Amino acid sequence: MPIPVIVALMLNEVKQIRYKKIIQTVTYAPHFISTVVLVGMITIILSPSTGIVNFVLKSLGAESRYFMVEPQSFRHIYIWSGIWQNTGWSSIIYLAALSAVNPELHESAVIDGATRLQRIRYINIPVITPTFIILLILSAGQLMSVGYEKVLLMQNDLNKTTSNIISTYVYERGLLKAEYSFASAVGLFNNVINFILLIFVNGVARKFSDTSLF
Amino acid sequence: MAVIKERSSDKLFNIINLVLMTILMLVILYPLVYIISASLSNPDMVNTGKMWLFPVDITLEGYYRVFQDSEIIKGYGNTIFYTVGGTLINLLFTLPAAYSLSKRHLLGRRFLMLFVTFTMYFSGGMVPTYLLVRSLGLMNSYFVLLINGAISTTNLIISRTFFANGVPRDVEEAAFIDGCSPIKTFLVVVLPLSKAIMGVMALYYGVGHWNSWFSAMIYLTDRAKIPLQLVLREILIENQMKAEMMAAGEYVDELLLDAQVKAASLVRYAVIIVSSVPVLVVYPFLQKYFDKGVMIGSLKG
Repeated sequence: MPIPVIVALMLNEVKQIRYKKIIQTVTYAPHFISTVVLVGMITIILSPSTGIVNFVLKSLGAESRYFMVEPQSFRHIYIWSGIWQNTGWSSIIYLAALSAVNPELHESAVIDGATRLQRIRYINIPVITPTFIILLILSAGQLMSVGYEKVLLMQNDLNKTTSNIISTYVYERGLLKAEYSFASAVGLFNNVINFILLIFVNGVARKFSDTSLF
Repeated sequence: MAVIKERSSDKLFNIINLVLMTILMLVILYPLVYIISASLSNPDMVNTGKMWLFPVDITLEGYYRVFQDSEIIKGYGNTIFYTVGGTLINLLFTLPAAYSLSKRHLLGRRFLMLFVTFTMYFSGGMVPTYLLVRSLGLMNSYFVLLINGAISTTNLIISRTFFANGVPRDVEEAAFIDGCSPIKTFLVVVLPLSKAIMGVMALYYGVGHWNSWFSAMIYLTDRAKIPLQLVLREILIENQMKAEMMAAGEYVDELLLDAQVKAASLVRYAVIIVSSVPVLVVYPFLQKYFDKGVMIGSLKG
């Protein structure tokens, strides 16, 4: 969650317009790769016999490992590949908020002798805080329904202890085993929890800052 | 403003910042470059770890095999059909709905908006949707992939906010005074002013269709209709896992990989490139619309 903010803040300080454009284009690219291809790439790169990661491990003298079936690796693979894929894209919205900063603020700060870091700390960060809070609230409403497509693709019998989530469970019980009513109930219950989380985080945000969704 | 001399600490900051951004860019770029190089290299080199950045012993065998494979070609055709058709349907429904919801004098606007927003947080869920599609008799038909999710709530709200804030009202009033009906105003006056949002919406929906596989997996049973992503899933994930399981079980040395595995690995890299290139080529051209379209829509929404 905070990584896109940092990237946006840093990207905003890149003054070479052309270079900034190039960085943006490159960092957005993974977002457009499909989940199937992403998981395929992970499988290839982490492959125990032919994957590049295990060649590096071996040349460092370590044992080669089969990450895709290790329950304890599943979370890391899931999260880090998500960061790789979406950091650039999520930073767009913060960049937009930053471009709305009145340049006069920066000018007067420079005259008052503020350094770049001070200007980021006292001008840019306060500007994007509301955006950050709104997005935080919205993602709280989806906390219980993380991207199940990717999980489903990465799932196998061996890593199920960590890779089984509510949505994949609903899919398995409901569509594969055709227990429609039970699975619908699980899904609805999940929705209710999401909604309660949304209301709760929204309430907290309203209490401690001026921004809230409703 | 007079030019103020940059401080040395700021210069240092600039350099560190540029270096960090470059590192970030390289980290993001590396897996992509690796796959591209692997698709062009001799599989022996790739599978033994001799290729790590630039292609070694260049061959186009992988691409040749991809274009020979009738399943992949068929899937490609299906995907193009679903993407073009689906996106057109999406735009046809989303844009007019968003435009009318952006008008303050629309009767029952508040209620309709609540109704729409509600579905963002509460939907029937996977199983009821499946049952609905089944009882509509849409199983295993092209339509289910085109119609299902014809309007995405998020995109509807983004476009609505764009129409409300991004199109000057004077222009619409002028058109109205000149005798345009609301529909004609929308088609002739508003849409040409809304290229940014149309571009962004087409991209969002289009990428969504291009990359989607889950609904195809649960609704389609006929192999002639499946999109590219499902074919990819078989080639990239299921076969790969199977091969690994077998290799792990029998302790096969990586140098003894047989010809079949070698060919499969060639196809794997090439097919990733072939399937991702269309999207990766299109989006930089729409990038200039991201600022205008996405920002106006989402920040105030």
